Amino acid sequence: MVNHKTTDLHGMTVHTIETKKYKTTSFILQVKEPINEKNVTKRALLAYVLQSGTKDFPSSKELRSALDDLYGATLNADLSKKGENQVISIRMEVANEKFLSNSEPVLDKAFHLLSQVLLAPALEGDVFKEGIVKKEKRSLKQQIESIYDDKMRYANKRLLEEMYDSEPYRLNVYGNGDEVDSISSKELFDYYQEVIKNDKIDLYVIGDISTDEMVDKVSKHFRFSKDRKEDETKAVNAADEKRISEVKEIFEEQDVQQGKLHMGYRTYTTYADDDYFALQVFNGIFGGFSHSKLFMNVREKESLAYYAASRFESHKGAVFVMSGIETANYEKAVKIIKEQHEEMKNGNITDSEFEQTKAMINNQVLETIDHPIGLSEVLYHNVVAGTNRSIEEWMEGIKKVTKDDVVAVAKKVTLDTIFFLKGAGTNGNENV
Amino acid sequence: MGMKTFDQLDETLHYDELPNGLKVYVLEKKGFNKTYATFTTHYGSVDNHFKPLGKDENVKVPDGIAHFLEHKLFEKEHGDVFQDFSKQGASANAFTTFNRTAYLFSTTGDVKKNLTTLIDFVQEPYFTEKTVEKEKGIIGQEIRMYDDNPDWRVYFGLIENMYHHHPVKIDIAGTEKSIAKITKDDLYECYETFYHPSNMILFIVGPVDAKDILNFVKDNQSQKTFKEKEHIERFFDEEPKTVAKTKKVIEMTVQTPKCYMGYKEATPNRKGKELMKHELSVNLLLEMMFGKSSPNYETLYEEGLIDQTFSFDYTEENGFGFSMLGGDTGSPDEFVERISGMVEAFKQQSIDEGSFDRARKKKIGAFLRSLNSPEFIANQFTRYAFNEMDLFDVIPVFESLTVRDVEEVLQNHFKKEAMTVCQVQKKKS
Repeated sequence: MVNHKTTDLHGMTVHTIETKKYKTTSFILQVKEPINEKNVTKRALLAYVLQSGTKDFPSSKELRSALDDLYGATLNADLSKKGENQVISIRMEVANEKFLSNSEPVLDKAFHLLSQVLLAPALEGDVFKEGIVKKEKRSLKQQIESIYDDKMRYANKRLLEEMYDSEPYRLNVYGNGDEVDSISSKELFDYYQEVIKNDKIDLYVIGDISTDEMVDKVSKHFRFSKDRKEDETKAVNAADEKRISEVKEIFEEQDVQQGKLHMGYRTYTTYADDDYFALQVFNGIFGGFSHSKLFMNVREKESLAYYAASRFESHKGAVFVMSGIETANYEKAVKIIKEQHEEMKNGNITDSEFEQTKAMINNQVLETIDHPIGLSEVLYHNVVAGTNRSIEEWMEGIKKVTKDDVVAVAKKVTLDTIFFLKGAGTNGNENV
Repeated sequence: MGMKTFDQLDETLHYDELPNGLKVYVLEKKGFNKTYATFTTHYGSVDNHFKPLGKDENVKVPDGIAHFLEHKLFEKEHGDVFQDFSKQGASANAFTTFNRTAYLFSTTGDVKKNLTTLIDFVQEPYFTEKTVEKEKGIIGQEIRMYDDNPDWRVYFGLIENMYHHHPVKIDIAGTEKSIAKITKDDLYECYETFYHPSNMILFIVGPVDAKDILNFVKDNQSQKTFKEKEHIERFFDEEPKTVAKTKKVIEMTVQTPKCYMGYKEATPNRKGKELMKHELSVNLLLEMMFGKSSPNYETLYEEGLIDQTFSFDYTEENGFGFSMLGGDTGSPDEFVERISGMVEAFKQQSIDEGSFDRARKKKIGAFLRSLNSPEFIANQFTRYAFNEMDLFDVIPVFESLTVRDVEEVLQNHFKKEAMTVCQVQKKKS
């Protein structure tokens, strides 16, 4: 289904996917390390500093001009939390030259540029350029603050802080706003050198390409130092998880029109486990789709909300429920949501809920791999979890799930924390 | 049945106009798993004053009715159409804009079955007083969700500032008060008028056989009867060229203020190639003035007046048009002053050929990238078609643009008197 080849080079794993589906070639670099308090903010800052200048193009403006010249190639760095890991993703997409009227050799230039972003940043003396670091600090702080302004994201962040108060997973992937200012260019550069030396690095190249050619180009452009060694001791085991004796209930009040109800469940199942597929199906029936129990009961039957859904984190083993409700309906909504979980534990799952969910998951996977970024994400799960599942095996796994498997998973799933952002209920005042 | 090939893009588009007036387009995408289909009516939130089909008197309908109708079409006597799609392995959705309402599904399974469900559910309305009442709670929560979203508030606030009369200034979902007035009879009246096949486009993109799909749709339509098609009369009040309000501040519980500024288009009545040329010119100019590789962007970013959330866009159709620029900013007033100063300075200098070419290359690259996305193709093709444009003309039109074209929009569109500002500021406690 997907022509995925991996080649281990000194320093990183190259994943090539040859396909004629796209009018562009995509590059996705994934740089992974366990999330930890000491480095979380530095790592976020590093991602943005790297995309702001290289040795050859030592300012954001020059780098962006070089990208524009490559027919508007895109470059962006972003962060995500995958289980206990904080992953920097650097993505680049360039037009396939065969669709350009005056055919130009953009691919080789793109390779060079991407390698420079990772390995030859803009320096001043022996450290990152001060001007770039300063600007990106301000921008990062603003980004961290802006989470507060988006009430859904804010409630989600608060839920994680409360639920994982003694685990690294509580950390925000963009770091801690208070720490940003204190990071010096020197300190950041020292950290960067550690990253380049020790982190696990994977590069995905997707498009109308040839694997041999790509591997040649990677060897030519990406040169790591000889002492580079992925730090094996860094692998994290998420299995020993906390048992829940009592559900934590946290309330906070803000001047909002709609209350945001977020609930966090521990599942004790992650991507690497055999019952992972059953968890997928569980989440689908519970709140993953528009035929799910949460959508049908909270929204369609009771008209309590516009959205009521659940999603899960494959590598941490968590399910999160979220819904926007009237503050006064808190008790009612929580009761209905808990009841839906109970229903599943008791095996009250109709054949159509079960079959529809499987069909939808199947559909979702096939759709995800139509998109280059989606495809790389699906494949990267294996790297994060240390597994080696093909997409076919994955789909086969879903097919084999039985209702009993789902019930067994439902019984493991345990509510840990409820976070409710209550509305005080007045409108934002307008004045001139 | 017709066919158009776009050699440079390696795409072939098949199309047909059926006897009832429905236009159907099919784009084959070999190698993809997903088929995506949209069934769209040329009817949105701005169409609130019109002559109902077969009647003599004009009517004005409650705000938010097009969006309400979008929600209600999913409900049938047997239940919810969402469920039918899920049973068939497809996911369905819908959205309402200022002048379109689109119903869509995506599937990797049985295309024909899902296509039948899509066409039939949109063409078989079923509204009752009871279900209309039930929906008011759900949409009420949708409205409140947007009320709490500062990005939406500042975006919409800017549009409100621009218009004296044009209904583009009315929130697409209406208000809790306005939707309270909606009855099932209102819904039927709007439905009858705007959901005639001659006012609609069906677009299918995916790994399908185009001829087979076109015949299949033809067959479906030939089994149904529709009223004779009629020209739809929509009414809009005369809109002044000036903005209604030059500044508005909305207080909300945010930490970072948000600021958008915009320029109202004085003559938003273009169609076809002329509209495409104009839209692309303004967008190209915005890219040159404020794109990430521009000196202005660098300055603003260095001064801390913008961050990653900064964006800009120009859009025009159906009697309204505006450019907007903005995002999060620590100093909203300074932001406005600097941007408007930069626009004025740009007017004083001549356009540089080099940066013109670079911006154009960038835009062409971005367009090619978006053609990877079936959703983009279907949604944008339809929007373009309702405005008598062809999506596949974008690259040739970009290639035909000259420095003169952008100089013209620079002088005509970015006028001081057409500018307005909307800010979201931290609420004083």
